[in-house]
Amino acid sequence: MSAEAVATYATRLGDDALILAQRLGEWIASAPQLEEDVALGNIGLDLLGQARTLLAYAGEVEGAGRSEDDLAFLRDERDFLNLQIVERPNEDFGVTIARQLVFSTYQVALYSRLQHSTDDTIAGVAAKAVKEVDYHRDHAAQWTLRLGDGTDESHARMQRGLGRIWPYVEEMFVTDDLECLLAGDGVAVEVVGLREEFDAYVDAVLAEATIERPTATWTAGGGRRGVHTEAFGYLLAEMQHLHRSHPGASW
Amino acid sequence: MTASSLSADGGHGAVPTGGVPTGVPGSGSMRDWPLWEVFVRAKRGLSHQHVGSLHAPDAAMALRNARDVYTRRSEGVSIWVVPASEVVASSPDEKDAFFDPAADKAYRHPTFYVVPDDVQHL
Repeated sequence: MSAEAVATYATRLGDDALILAQRLGEWIASAPQLEEDVALGNIGLDLLGQARTLLAYAGEVEGAGRSEDDLAFLRDERDFLNLQIVERPNEDFGVTIARQLVFSTYQVALYSRLQHSTDDTIAGVAAKAVKEVDYHRDHAAQWTLRLGDGTDESHARMQRGLGRIWPYVEEMFVTDDLECLLAGDGVAVEVVGLREEFDAYVDAVLAEATIERPTATWTAGGGRRGVHTEAFGYLLAEMQHLHRSHPGASW
Repeated sequence: MTASSLSADGGHGAVPTGGVPTGVPGSGSMRDWPLWEVFVRAKRGLSHQHVGSLHAPDAAMALRNARDVYTRRSEGVSIWVVPASEVVASSPDEKDAFFDPAADKAYRHPTFYVVPDDVQHL
């Protein structure tokens, strides 16, 4: 197994966490209540912690002397390997909760398997993170139930939110050559095998929330190859400008 | 002022609720969320202590919000949430009758006994 493959794999997982953390941070001071500012901020910080460990490890394995900050703040759009779902704009609370439900359910399934990875660092990150994402999933499920089974307006927003996110679901379960290779060594997990668990959990929550499972008329793809949506460039500009304008700034 | 016009809203003791604007005008959904008082047990063996209050749409979400707001730095092992409207508070107007009579009754403190030398940890 090549170090390059492991570095790429760690970068993928780290980028997913980093970019979603950035998106969730946008809610701080804008959520429906102060308490939700804190809840979404906490979830974002959990993800940022995962991202830091994974990107630091990616840099270490790569062996080119790049730190976690170098990877987070000095790469350009096409070098990011995150799934497109995590870069999608927050829009309203319904869209954000739909994205949280879908992505945290995926992360629970993924991390609970990666705890047994033959790569000690990845196994360690996953073992710690699985408890965090389990809470993220619960938070999203609780809100899905309340919005879906709430007022006419909240139901409509939740249903619309899920519809906005659904085209980005397929991409999460695409296994490519690199993942196959690493799964063969026990380092990675083939995400194609997570679909059943994902469907069972999401379908149960949606049924209780009286939300219909959407049917995507098109599906996204390409995030793992550095292909991103238009919204991503704006996210990176905001996330990176401070570090690029004032290299090494700290406080 | 009657007792029913006072509540422990906000965790600051008895406060008048009549005529006090709360929430954001014109934002009905925000004002709909009731207030909850939060009690956290720091570790096993200690009692739950009042730590503050928060807004949440229902009890299950209040517990989760309390977890996020009050235990994110490992402050607790157990949380209680109680609807603030269920807390009955003493009135500031009754303060004299409630509390002053206890001020000059030093004999209520257990300080008039001779403690044998062998008794430890008193």
